[in-house]
Amino acid sequence: MAVDGALAGRTFPAPAPYAVSDERVAEFAAATGSRYDGPGTPAPTTFPIVVAFKAMDALLEDPTVGIALHRVVHGEQRFRYSRPVVAGDVLTAMLTVDSLRQIAGSDIIGTSTEIVDASGAHVVTATMTLVHRGES
Amino acid sequence: MTPGEALPPQEYAVTRADLVRYAGASGDRNPIHWSDRVATSVGLPGVIAHGMFTMALAARALDEWAGAPGRVVELGCKFTKPVVVPDDDTGTTVRVAGTVKSVEDGLATVALEVTCEGEKVLGVPKAVLRVG
Repeated sequence: MAVDGALAGRTFPAPAPYAVSDERVAEFAAATGSRYDGPGTPAPTTFPIVVAFKAMDALLEDPTVGIALHRVVHGEQRFRYSRPVVAGDVLTAMLTVDSLRQIAGSDIIGTSTEIVDASGAHVVTATMTLVHRGES
Repeated sequence: MTPGEALPPQEYAVTRADLVRYAGASGDRNPIHWSDRVATSVGLPGVIAHGMFTMALAARALDEWAGAPGRVVELGCKFTKPVVVPDDDTGTTVRVAGTVKSVEDGLATVALEVTCEGEKVLGVPKAVLRVG
């Protein structure tokens, strides 16, 4: 099944704000071997992907979009930070599909996810390109 | 950090167990990172590391070079070649090298080179760090 051609421009909010816990940050740091000094100190650099994935899941699981998870490969990723994430943050993620194009039978889906804190201040933008591999 | 400085390369072992742990910690449950059957069905050579796991290792090297976490203001790359992780106890090794390109207004731009088995796995990986 091909990806919905009208996808570009659509937005996908994460279903709920994400409360960053010390335990989740510590678990992520342990899984990546990253240094984490505990509450009040910066989470690992790529930790915001956990929050971005909540919005990404809204895209992947929308039955009108037509994405099959096992056909998805990550093409490109970029983070731009206003500040590091810390435990105690309550983060809201909103994904926008910026572009959709087809190359060699695959759909190339360009997205950007804005992540803001409880006061609405920008924390990080995660720009992600997904490659949805076509049936061979 | 000074312009032109080559930062000491970091090497990280990656096994299937690491991928399972990362899948749990990150919430990325794509089966191409744990099932050879599914990975080969979509044309991959076998189970591959999460691109984001490899990127996390690059970020880990940046923390090491910066001397502390939380200094990165920008990090980006393309995932150009999959990191294939064999189903054995040794796994594979990801190597992260970096060169300081410029230092301006308290921000250092670092060009990374991330390789596995001698081949680049990330395309144009680049970071900007707060220094000083």
